[in-house]
This record gives sequence, C-alpha cells and structure tokens, in this order.
Amino acid sequence: MFNNGIVQPLWYNGPSPGQFYNFPGYANNGNMKQCHETNNSDSTRSTAMITTGSSVLGIKFDQGVLIAADTLVSYGSLSRFQNIDRIFKINDNIIMGGGGDFADIQSIMRSIDQKMIEDQCYADNIAMRPKALATWMTRVLYNRRSRMNPLFIDVVIGGIDENNEPYLANVDLRGRAFSDYVVSTGFARHLALPLVREKKPADRDFTLEEASELIRQCMEVLYYRDTKNSSQYTVGVCKVKDSTSNQCDVEGPFQVDEKWSFAKMVKGY
Amino acid sequence: MFRNQYDSDVTIWSPQGRLHQVEYAMEAVKLGTATVGLKSADYAVLVALCKPPSELSTSQRKIFSIDDHLGISIAGITADARVLSRYLRSECLSYKHAYAASYPVSRLMTNLGNKMQATTQRYDRRPYGVGMLVAGYDDKGPHIYQVMPSANSFSCKAMSIGSRSQSARTYLERHLASFKQCSKDEILCHGIQAIRGSLPSEEAAKKEESLAQLNICVAIVGKNQPFKILTEEENTKYLNMADELAGSVIHLKSDDDDDQPPQGGDEPAEPGPSDPLVDVPMDLP
Repeated sequence: MFNNGIVQPLWYNGPSPGQFYNFPGYANNGNMKQCHETNNSDSTRSTAMITTGSSVLGIKFDQGVLIAADTLVSYGSLSRFQNIDRIFKINDNIIMGGGGDFADIQSIMRSIDQKMIEDQCYADNIAMRPKALATWMTRVLYNRRSRMNPLFIDVVIGGIDENNEPYLANVDLRGRAFSDYVVSTGFARHLALPLVREKKPADRDFTLEEASELIRQCMEVLYYRDTKNSSQYTVGVCKVKDSTSNQCDVEGPFQVDEKWSFAKMVKGY
Repeated sequence: MFRNQYDSDVTIWSPQGRLHQVEYAMEAVKLGTATVGLKSADYAVLVALCKPPSELSTSQRKIFSIDDHLGISIAGITADARVLSRYLRSECLSYKHAYAASYPVSRLMTNLGNKMQATTQRYDRRPYGVGMLVAGYDDKGPHIYQVMPSANSFSCKAMSIGSRSQSARTYLERHLASFKQCSKDEILCHGIQAIRGSLPSEEAAKKEESLAQLNICVAIVGKNQPFKILTEEENTKYLNMADELAGSVIHLKSDDDDDQPPQGGDEPAEPGPSDPLVDVPMDLP
C-alpha cells in the first residue's frame, strides 16, 4: 500500500470506502427521497414527496382496531393544510390511515373506492376484508417500486377479518407488509411504538379503554416532539358490534391537551 | 329438435327467439356419463360415473380439482372441460396471490359465466360443449353450481347432469329435505345411491351382486375439508356403507332379474338400446 511513501488508493474507478455508491444513470442517488426517472425523451419525472402526511398510529385491541393520525398535510416544512382527514373508512370491515405523499394517498384511495364500488355492484353481501386489501396493496406497491416508479406512501390498514378477528397491518412504499398489534408510520415509529410496546400486557390484548388512552398519550408525545405534527387528530375505530356486524367509523377531530405552563420554568428563552 | 335453416351459426336467431347452436351444445352434455352433486350443511359432494370407453383403456377424468376450496365434475367434451378447468385454476391462483384469500365461489361462477357467454355471441367461436357441477366451500358455506354451455350458472341444493341423469334427479328430489342434517358419511352415501340409478340397465343387472365394483369417482369439500378426490379404498368403504344403508333396494332389483329368461353364455343376447357414439373424445359411454 505504501509505495515510495505515498498512500495508494485501495482501488480505482469505484466508490471510495464508506461512501454510498452512486449507480450510473441516476443523479443524486444517495438520497432515497430524490429519485429521478429518466426516459428516452430526455425528460425527467421527480418522484419526490411534495405534500406529506406525517405519522399514523394503529393499535389492535380485543374487539377491534384503532387508527389515529393528525389532520395536517405539510408542504415541506410549511403546515399547509391543517384540517385534512387522513383516516378513511373503506367499508364496514376496513379502516385505513395514510401517511407519506398525500397525492399518492388520494390516488390509491380512488383505486380502492373503485374496488368497493365493484363489490357493491356484485350485490352478494361479500365485502372485502382487511387482510385481502393489505395483500392487494402490497402487490401493487411492490410492483410500482420494482418499476422504479413508487407511490410514496406508508399506510396502516386495519379492521375486522373473518371469524371476527381484528387485523392490523402496515404497508410501505416498497411493498413491505407487516402485521402486529401495534404498527405506525413516520415519526410514530420512533416515538410511539416503544411507548405502546412497553404498556402491552404479556398475556392478553389491550381493552378499548387502554388502547384509547395510549392513542391519546402517543398523539400528545408526537405533537410535542415531531415538528410536522399538529395538535388536532382523528381516530378511526373498527370494532365488532355483534356476530354479523361491525361498528366502523372515523371519529374526531380531537385536540391534544397541550400543556405549555412548564415553558415559564425554562431558562434561556 | 331437427335441422332448420336457422341453426348454421351461433350468431343467427331463429324466428322463435332461440339460438339453436347453443341448444345443440346443451345436447353434448347429455351424451356424457352421469354425475351428481349435492350438499349438506357443511359439505359439498360430487359423484361421477367413470366408465372406461373400452376394456383396454382407463376411464376419462370426470372430476377436476381447481383449488383447495373448489372442484368440478364434468359431462361432455373432455377437451373443453380441460380448457375451462385450466382457466378456473388460473383465476383462483391469481386471486390467491393478490388477496391471500380463496375466490368466493359465487363470484367465480359469474366470472366463468361471462367468459362462456362470449363464445355464444361471436361468429368465430363456438359454445363450450361441457356442462359442469361445481362443488365449493367458502365462508358463505358449501355451494353446488350447475354450469351449462349456454353460460348459465345455477346455484343448486343438489343436481345431476349427463345421460340417464333423470333417475338420479328423482332420487335427489325425493331425499332433498334430509340433506341439510346429513353427516359427512351420510351425504356421501346419498350421492352414491343417487348415481346408481344412472347405470346402463345391463350394468345394473351385472353389478347388483357387488356394488363395490361400481366405477365411480367421488370427491368432497367442506368445513375443515379441502377439496379431495377419494382414493380407491375410501371409494370401496363408502360403496359398502351405501350398500348397507340401502339393502332393501337391492332385493327389489334381483326380483326383476328373476323374471327375465335365463341367459346362456357370458354376454346377454339383447344388448338393448345404447347411447350414440361420437367421434369427439368424451367421457363416454
């Protein structure tokens, strides 16, 4: 390695050690958020996120699921649209919370609405189940990602599956699906997930009261700590009412109980 | 139904408002051997007569499994049945891949009906010459569907199609009220009993001594029961069970035979009326 006292590089024409490799043909490839797709006519399409929704949090309890998200859609660091419902009732069995690029969320909601209308046109009392929708979304999102044209979304899908079992899953822009008793997107993954996991009783599911209290606490933490969260949020509830029907609604908007009185005690401001 | 000037093409209506080609296609179903489908509260069963076309060959496949929750039994042109079963399998698999769930049976029948209808409305296609009984189980319970070349599909409590299926239908109608409460064994026995009436008469005479040699194919699907075609041993077991359950019927049959003049030699002298033979491979005779 040392020739004539001069340090020789380990290799030529390659990435320097420790650097993310820039594959040829892609400008600014190191940052996943900026992905430019080139086609033959030399025009580039940017698939960067523009108007974004922040965190979504889903918690499964013994009778169903709760999915909560704030009502803010940001334009970069600007809090642009402050009263947007990011939780959607899909049908009597499914609710969905959308995070990530909001235009892509609206686009996928249109496809999902078309599916639900198709179901209604069959008029055979067969309504889609959350697991089926989550699987379908995984396939669609994975396909889009494989064609290097992703939908920049991170969604939480929950509801009541067959045999009145609650179901909760998270599907992201790469088509990665994950099902658990608590799932979240965005900053909630770092702030809310550990909080909920700590409170989970080892031998049983949450009750509705416990889950609601956890939602309230997590929304408060997220408002204080995530700069792209606002204090107003909506909660989707999907729970078993009796053996044949569910209660499936989006409730809200609720307000985080903001406590700023401690600010007086902070020195230096 | 006889030849007329409106039956040369499937796209020609007759003045009476009929599509003769489609009706002729339905006749193809009546040429196949009989098959029976029936269901209880938890199970759907298919029974088919699998007679080999000659002593030298094995019998044609009558029952096709489509998916874990669905299977079909056919009567008519076997080649057409193969194409349709390939389509149904492909649809079920795509659905499973996209939705991680089994294709609801009623929706699959609508889908199949739409595919088959296209062939009754184009001058360059012909209707599929196969009728099928579909046995399926989904979270709405067990289903039996009858699908005909006219692209109609009917949901049935029990049904039989193919040649000499009228006696099977009579049996099913007579016992219809009891099917819902039947256990798995009982419903299988009912299916076997129903199809016995569809044997050609000389077969019935020969076989009444040992029902266990009846050439049938049996399949079942239902609650905690993926679609399964029964093995030879299971066939024999249920044939014997059906035998015991219907002991009195066998005695009646042997009374009839006593009235016939004694036959010399191995073969009966009068073969009796037989089914028309066709050039196209079907699940005959």
